[in-house]
Parts: sequence; structure tokens; C-alpha cells
Amino acid sequence: MAKRKIPEINASSMADISFLLLIFFLVSTSMSVDKGLSRRLPPPLQPNQKVEDMDINKRNIFVVKINSMNQLLVQGKELDIKQLRAKTKEFIDNKANDPELPVKVAEEIEGLGLVEYTKDHVISVQNDVDTQYQAYLEVQNELVAAYNELRDEYARNRFGVSYAELDEDMQKAIQKVYPQKISEAEPKNYGGGK
Amino acid sequence: MPAINTASLPDIIFMLLFFFMSVTSLKEVTYKVRITPPEATELVKLEKKSLVRYIYVGTPTEEYRKAFGSETRIQLDDAFADVAQLEDYVVRERSAMSEDEQNLMTISIKADKDTKMGIIADIKQALRRAYALKISYAAVQRTSY
Repeated sequence: MAKRKIPEINASSMADISFLLLIFFLVSTSMSVDKGLSRRLPPPLQPNQKVEDMDINKRNIFVVKINSMNQLLVQGKELDIKQLRAKTKEFIDNKANDPELPVKVAEEIEGLGLVEYTKDHVISVQNDVDTQYQAYLEVQNELVAAYNELRDEYARNRFGVSYAELDEDMQKAIQKVYPQKISEAEPKNYGGGK
Repeated sequence: MPAINTASLPDIIFMLLFFFMSVTSLKEVTYKVRITPPEATELVKLEKKSLVRYIYVGTPTEEYRKAFGSETRIQLDDAFADVAQLEDYVVRERSAMSEDEQNLMTISIKADKDTKMGIIADIKQALRRAYALKISYAAVQRTSY
């Protein structure tokens, strides 16, 4: 019996089909990678919980106010956004043990030994209802940047590598030395605007 | 003249297709509000898209101007929403997630850079009430000061 030849499937339209698929995916997808400034909100106040007047030593608070014209008032003085990072670092670090800057506490931290750090410092950010979102985010960004830079500097001085290169336990330990403490007050209406 | 052999063309196109499929992601929604993201430097990449829910804040685009005005509005999924609906939305979205992922939910606030902080503060208060405490302010990398 003569062998019947199986006819080949005509694949010339394959290219068109795959082109069609390609174009569909090109149109319906987006290339963007989502990036953002990560923050954590404080848990809500319980209805019966009183707002405690926390007895925070005045030298431990760093107040950043943003008004409706996006101007900054840092520790009672006007400041340009470009100087905020340096000022914040100076505050958190308190290298010279300045009595105006936050109290330094010596404490044993696992993996690092006895470390003197400004344990109880708080950065308070207050903004107006009319503050522009970009201005607010810039302030948040500078504050986070100050922490990141301090952590990185510490890692470099101590271990000679950048913070990102350390393993997780070490990063946690350094986070303890520079704990991110940014508190946000309820928005108020500070002059200007209605 | 002999025809060029195009037998490998489908393979090449398929390769392209797979490349695009892997590097891109499906569009989440169609924007009904105009958003020009603010700029920042200390950005963190949002991991695990399935754990992220978005809140869009901005002024309505041209086609919705007539119906919704030009005041800043909130968009959830594909519809305009009110701050009052936000809490419900977050709770609903969270209960749809599996239990061990619920506390990993991140809310990404995609807001226009000219938004007033008043509305952002309202959103933040609503998120606090809904116990959605992990948030991320969507921004783009700043290239220069």
C-alpha cells in the first residue's frame, strides 16, 4: 500500500496571529513600575481613649510646620526645604551631645553592643489643609532621607559596607539605633486660606 | 527570485510577545482623574501587586468635567467615590483577601501633586479607621533638584 502523505498544516497565518496577540498585549498593558514613599499610619484612637498629654521633654521634639503657602517653619525658624535634611540629621544624631538637642541614652543593642542614641526623639510634622501635596511629600521625603542617610553612615562607619548590603538582623539593629519616629498631627488651619 | 523563508517569523514574534507579557502588567484601571505624580527620592518599589489597592486622587479629566466638576475627586477602581465610601471599600477589599495576607495589604495613594492636603488628611483618617495602616504615597523618582 502506498504511504499516504500527511498534508502539512499551513502555518503561514501563524505570524499574523502572533502579531495580533503582540499588539493586543502592547495596548492593554502598561510598563510602569509602581514606586512610592512607604509610610505607616498610627492606629486609630479608641473612642474612650483620652489623648494623653505625653510628657515629652521639649528638647526631644523636632517640629516641622508647613503652611498653606508651602513654607516651612522648623523649630520656630523659617527654613528652606533643601536644608531640612541636614537639620534633621543634626537633630536625630546629636553628635556633640548638645543640651538643646534630644537626650542621648546609652543602651545595649543586640549585635551592636552599647550604643548611645537619641532614643526618645520625635519628629512632628504639622501641615495646613491647603498645603500642596507635593510640598508635604517633599518634607516626608527629606525626613525619610535623613534617617536613611544616618543608617547608611552608621553602617559604613561600623562595618564598612552600606546599609543595603547588611543582612536583615543587622539592619534591624541599626533601625533600633535610628528608629523612625515621625508623628503627624491632625491638619490645622494656620493662617492664610479660609 | 526565491521568496524569503518566513518560517521562523512566528517564533520571532512569539518571543517578542512573551517578552512584553513578562515585563508589563495589565492596566489596573482607566484613569478618570488627572494625576501628575509628585517627585521624591526615597522611593520603595511596591512588591506583590496582588496586595496593593489603589486610591486615585485628582481633578476629573475633560470628559468628566461636566458631570463631576473640576474639584479634586477620589477614584476607587473604576468609579468616582466619596471619602465616606473609602472605609467600606478598604474593609471589603481586605475581606476578599486570604486571611494570612490581610495584614500585608498596602494602600497606594496616587494623588496629583497639586492636591490640597485637606483631602489627603481625610483619606488618611478614613484609612486609620479601617485599620489599613500600611500606605505608600505613589511618586516618581526625582532626577534633579
